Amino acid sequence: MRVIVDLTRCQGYGQCAFLAPEVFAMRGEEALVYDPDADDAQREHVLRAAAACPVQAIHVEWMAIQHKGMRTAAARPPRGDDDGFRKTGHIVIVGASLAGGRAAGVLRREGFTGALTVIGDELYEPYDRPPLSKQVLAGRVPADHTLLPHLSEIEAEWLSGAPATGLDLVAKRVTLADGREVPFDRLLIATGARARPWPNEAEAALDGVLALRTMDEAIGLRECLAAGPRRVLVIGAGFTGSEVASVCRELDVPVTVVERGPAPLVGALGGVIGAVAADLQRAHGVDLRCGVTVEALEGDADGRFRSAQLSDGTTVEADVAIVALGAIRNVEWLEDSGLAAGVWGVACDAGCRAFDINGLVTDDVFVAGDVARFPHPIYSYQFMALEHWGNAVAQAEIAAHNMLSDQMHRWPHLSLPIFWSNQFGTNIKSVGVPTFADEVAIAHGSVAERRFVAVYGNQGRVTAAVTFDQAMWLEHYQHLIERAAPFPPASHTADRRGPMIPVPAEVPERIEATQVTVVVTGHDPAERRASLVRGNR
Amino acid sequence: MAPPSVFQRILDYSNRADPYPLYAELRKTPVRREEDGTYVVSGYEEIVSLLHDPCVSVGRPQPGEPQDAAKEPPSFIRLDPPEHDRLRRVAMRHFGPPHSPHRVDSLRPELLEIIMDLIDSMAGRTRIDIVDDIAYPFPVTVICRILGVPREDEAGFHDWADAVIESLDPREEGRQERLRRRENARVELHRYLGRIAAERRKNPGDDLISGLVADEGPDGAMSPTEVAANGTLLLIAGHETTVNLITNGMLTLLRHPELLDRLHHEPDLAIGLVEELLRYEPPVHLRSTRIALEDIKIGGITIPKGAPIVLALAAGSRDPEHVPDPDRFDPDRRPNQHLGFGGGIHYCFGAPLARLEAQIALTELARRLQNPRLVTDPPPYRPSPELRGPRHLLLDIDGVTQPAR
Repeated sequence: MRVIVDLTRCQGYGQCAFLAPEVFAMRGEEALVYDPDADDAQREHVLRAAAACPVQAIHVEWMAIQHKGMRTAAARPPRGDDDGFRKTGHIVIVGASLAGGRAAGVLRREGFTGALTVIGDELYEPYDRPPLSKQVLAGRVPADHTLLPHLSEIEAEWLSGAPATGLDLVAKRVTLADGREVPFDRLLIATGARARPWPNEAEAALDGVLALRTMDEAIGLRECLAAGPRRVLVIGAGFTGSEVASVCRELDVPVTVVERGPAPLVGALGGVIGAVAADLQRAHGVDLRCGVTVEALEGDADGRFRSAQLSDGTTVEADVAIVALGAIRNVEWLEDSGLAAGVWGVACDAGCRAFDINGLVTDDVFVAGDVARFPHPIYSYQFMALEHWGNAVAQAEIAAHNMLSDQMHRWPHLSLPIFWSNQFGTNIKSVGVPTFADEVAIAHGSVAERRFVAVYGNQGRVTAAVTFDQAMWLEHYQHLIERAAPFPPASHTADRRGPMIPVPAEVPERIEATQVTVVVTGHDPAERRASLVRGNR
Repeated sequence: MAPPSVFQRILDYSNRADPYPLYAELRKTPVRREEDGTYVVSGYEEIVSLLHDPCVSVGRPQPGEPQDAAKEPPSFIRLDPPEHDRLRRVAMRHFGPPHSPHRVDSLRPELLEIIMDLIDSMAGRTRIDIVDDIAYPFPVTVICRILGVPREDEAGFHDWADAVIESLDPREEGRQERLRRRENARVELHRYLGRIAAERRKNPGDDLISGLVADEGPDGAMSPTEVAANGTLLLIAGHETTVNLITNGMLTLLRHPELLDRLHHEPDLAIGLVEELLRYEPPVHLRSTRIALEDIKIGGITIPKGAPIVLALAAGSRDPEHVPDPDRFDPDRRPNQHLGFGGGIHYCFGAPLARLEAQIALTELARRLQNPRLVTDPPPYRPSPELRGPRHLLLDIDGVTQPAR
């Protein structure tokens, strides 16, 4: 039976691990791992676990609609939209992963009965990626257990193994690699991203040099780890690299992590919290080298990867090299389409409608997921592309809703970015944009114990929060961000182990923000709006 | 004299049988200031927000609490982090994940056995009391086994546990007497569990108290007084809440006979049924141990620093802003997100056990009681408005079915 846990919602209560211990397990205090395709013999246990989840984050067989506004949609007045399109239109979704699959489900749920075509470049049914770098890599569950629940049962034409190669906005047609042309009335672009390859092609072709993004890549890497390599080299200490290093240590495989920046996770969390992540890695036996780059990968006569030359003149002997240098957005197929597509993604408005290169908003082309680049009012209307599971789901739902709604009934995608990672038995969660900050302070908990909440501020207002094994507090800070609450926040908390002292956040350079302060109101996406707050707060 | 506030009427014993219309009235002002400066919170969103607010402490000095109470360390239910987190982690090592993930699930055969024996012992009777015959002895037997407390000592600590629960009552009248009784019970319980702990230190078993006194985990063992205080908490909580859940469950089923019939044929129904009970007819109605450490803006008003806060959990779980058609009992409700076990870091420690106990007890009662009828509706209630439940639940039955064992 298919199980999917919305780890964006999960707060680490552990009730599922009590009630279905063969399916759900806590690695450390709050890091949950689970088998997404549990044995049918566990059915009753899984039902108990799903019912007991205090935040109702466990979906069995079907993924429930996230948005409160959509769950109660039946009770809403009609949207006043074009009924003809709803009945007989043709929607094409390019991209058959989480966002594309989610949108397909929501379109049907919202009453779209016309033709629906979903185009994907991989041969698999849509699957869930986060487990690939965790329980799949650790060998706890097979890779094919990650298929998303019952997406293939949605009434749609699924074209798999068929990469899209072009888009003609005038003729309203998508071209596929095999020459087929698929016409559409409305289009959703959800082509996501792929792993950035090692730049030297010859070195990248060495046996044992791998990336990790797709199911095939996870299967290949799992085989390498199961073979018991002398050492694994991880190039890049972002989330994927850090999670791979964590699995290596779990399997007692020696691992060296090479990171160009001053610490792991700096690009996402800044240098202060990055330093905590560095301690975490070293405490678990990772050979972590920061401020260093890999200059060359070397192989033996059989073309097997054997060692790497680092910029500090040292050599790392290893059998496997994981290239974890981030992602490249899949936009090449849109090059001549006239859409505002580039290395940062496809630009769209808060309602997921794509912009053309003139900055004009299109009527019939929508974007969602990792490839979508949208303006967020909370962050000075900066265009952001978020590679987060929760963003893919939320944005796909809003895109699908808006594809079927007229002007007056569209929803803005205003949800704050939230992401999580499980590494070294620690659950790391983040809300807001930690790099949109000039200061950071430990609000409560203990950095030494690696159980704490860090709050980020920008020009005197709260912009983000990061927790290590303290996920239950995250929502509180989410509300502070949405209310543009002053930074540092109220210092008198129940857990006081010393004063809250803001320090520079050491975030990577970013474009200077303007002084506009915007707050988000409403819980329901149908009512959720941004409002401008003027004057001194 | 001013007429009593809605909250005072909720506390009034005469409204114990059906406080829900008063909760609806209370929710009209989701955060409401009482005359004495206490803030009563009854909206779902507002309660959840305060349960997760780091500026809310559970260390509110209880009115009339004796000064020397500070000498003994309180249990983790009355502590803030980091002490709360440490003690709860140590206790959790012997009860649940990550250290003992199979502990509760592995009790299922034993739970079934205990409930079967209790139902067997009612054979031949035509009038039973769900409270005294099932809902009380069942969880007590279970918590005694988990803690490693001899079941035969139960008669002794039954009264102490009662005294502690009855002190959870924000009403003025009789407070001094309640507190005196509670203090006496607390001393007796601590002394009793202290003796057991000392004995386990010499002869450890596989029970929870043995685990607490000898823990070798990263947080170390509990001190003897910590074992006494937290052992008391688990013993009382393990006693006094599940009894209400099971009793409320049977009462609700008898008020919805079609569900009693469904449960007979659909054992999976028990899962959603118990969740809905926790929402609709929960054992814990109010929590009044919290205090604001800062001014807190919520529900359109500001709870000032230092103000006591009462969370009306049972009112929040029936908030129509949160759940559609909240006064309808619907075991098929999905999702069902409720406040039956509270939330945040103080989320009920024994929740998984309570869920299993209630699921198993109600399923077996539905299967085996022949033609059960309520003798009085509503039944008589216990005095506490915080931990609310019937004192007795008398049923007439035609007999009990013998199961194929």
